[in-house]
Amino acid sequence: MGARMMPSRHDPIRPRGEQPIGISIDGEPVAGVEGQTIAGVVLATGRLAWRKTSVDGRPRGLFCGIGVCFDCIVTVNGERDVRACQRRATDGDVVETQHDELPEAAR
Amino acid sequence: MSPASAASAATPASAARTVYAATPASAARTVLVIGAGPAGLAAAKAARERGASVTLLDAADATGGQYWRHLPASRPSANERALHHGWSTYTALHDELDRDPGCEVVLGAQVWAIEQADAAGQPAPVAVHVLVGPPDGTARRGRTFRPDALVLATGAHDRTLPFPGWDLPGVFTAGAAQAFAKGERVALGERVVIAGAGPFLLPVAASVAATGAKVLGVYEASRVSALVKGWLPKPWQLVGAAKKGGELAGYVGTHLRHRIPYVTGRAVVAAHGTDRVEAVTVAEVDADWSPIAGTERRIEVDAVCVSHGFTPRLELPIAAGCELTPDRFVRVDDGQGTSVPGVYAAGEITGIGGVDAALAEGEIAGHVAAGGSPRDADLAAAVGARRTFTGFAARIEAAHGIRQGWTSWLEDDTVVCRCEEVPYGRLRETREATCASGLRSMKLTTRAGLGICQGRICGRTVEQLIGATGEAGEASAPATSVTTDRRPIASPLRIGELAGRDPNTITHRASEKGHP
Repeated sequence: MGARMMPSRHDPIRPRGEQPIGISIDGEPVAGVEGQTIAGVVLATGRLAWRKTSVDGRPRGLFCGIGVCFDCIVTVNGERDVRACQRRATDGDVVETQHDELPEAAR
Repeated sequence: MSPASAASAATPASAARTVYAATPASAARTVLVIGAGPAGLAAAKAARERGASVTLLDAADATGGQYWRHLPASRPSANERALHHGWSTYTALHDELDRDPGCEVVLGAQVWAIEQADAAGQPAPVAVHVLVGPPDGTARRGRTFRPDALVLATGAHDRTLPFPGWDLPGVFTAGAAQAFAKGERVALGERVVIAGAGPFLLPVAASVAATGAKVLGVYEASRVSALVKGWLPKPWQLVGAAKKGGELAGYVGTHLRHRIPYVTGRAVVAAHGTDRVEAVTVAEVDADWSPIAGTERRIEVDAVCVSHGFTPRLELPIAAGCELTPDRFVRVDDGQGTSVPGVYAAGEITGIGGVDAALAEGEIAGHVAAGGSPRDADLAAAVGARRTFTGFAARIEAAHGIRQGWTSWLEDDTVVCRCEEVPYGRLRETREATCASGLRSMKLTTRAGLGICQGRICGRTVEQLIGATGEAGEASAPATSVTTDRRPIASPLRIGELAGRDPNTITHRASEKGHP
């Protein structure tokens, strides 16, 4: 159960070809196709959450899907706070999940 | 490259010295359009037809906006039009602008500030500061535009009201389901419930079903009586909107084909699960959207997509100094002009009217921004279409507008502000303990609305909760007062990107808040 990509052979829009790409998330290799966002690649593997919230350590993933809510932020090739729903995945991207703990004083 | 882009490609400081010196008085009028959805595309085309030199910006890396969100060029298909309404309208607009040397289309363009003329000290109405490059990248290039006229077509995003469990993974906005179905062919789940309010739920259900997911039901909070009140009065106004009727009929056909139940007077009042959504509770709600005890039904799902309407994206109009209407859209005249001379607005930021209203308003805005008049003969069709379709905004609000009773499905531990994880109980206690009904003090005490999304998701909800449970506060004051739509920096950006800017181009407000 979960998110997944529509299999090309069943898609009524009749796709004419896709370029496979590979990225990694927290070191784990993940396959996608060129032009997908990082969120799309990760979701299509069935994984729904990739960030932990600062206060309660709760899991978060995609919510608004259009770059408004910032729930889906990840680190991409060392760049922090990148919205996974907005950034297209490129072959070889190294994606790391984020858990930004509150500073001592704020706890 | 057009004269406008050649000038604006310079650094902000040098642009300030050179734009007007280098541009002969006889040069084409420059029009900057922000947002490449239906309204922005129509504006760019109309401005070009009037002879203006046009630059069209969009934060995404493709035109089309959310309405025509589509697959990237790297994923061609034989029949992508099957996923869209008005696809040939989009491809015609796109192709025409794409091959037109007088229109520069700048994609991946994040506008982060608009300076008003007084602050910018320029003859242009505004200075528009933009970062161009991959979303949230660290090496984006800064550009500043000082156009003769600006058309704002920034659109709207989903408004989702909180409910217990809405912060669980697997709970999405309806817009997310739509974007990933159309833009990636990804289904967000296999057993999906779609809920909220408004006609947008229908195309979302159709898109989700077309990715092979099972749509278990569409739950519309408004009851039939409200729908009738909104959609049936003065039916003759709908005659000109026959195309809209055809679009809706298409969705109904999809629903029949996929056997999707469409149920009114029901709302998702809770989502359940530990680390992901496993089920939702759907309850019958009264005309005020209060759940009716004893009507709850639990449905096993792996995804739920919820939207209760739309919030116009007002940060740029507000930054430009545009006046708002009492119901908080951009106030425009019959030429789509805002209260700021030289600044125009079109599409959902002037009222949630749908694609046809957006196309008509965009055409009028672009034409007038380029020096035309709304009474010109070649605008007659657009002016007529605007008259037909802007009535939709009032009908949608009457039929599907948010009713106060929804707050009764909140629990004390229901997260209201997702970023700062502020539960409803804390908002309520803070208000009661401090009598703080003012929005600003509420935000500072609880941190609601101060997270990375800058209150885009919860802002209006927090305002409403204060208004609903407290004394008359700032939330009911006119749009000129403090509201959550006001953001000194229009989009989050990194301190490093600010530091790299020419200090002369940054107003004093810019240093108050950067990227957290």
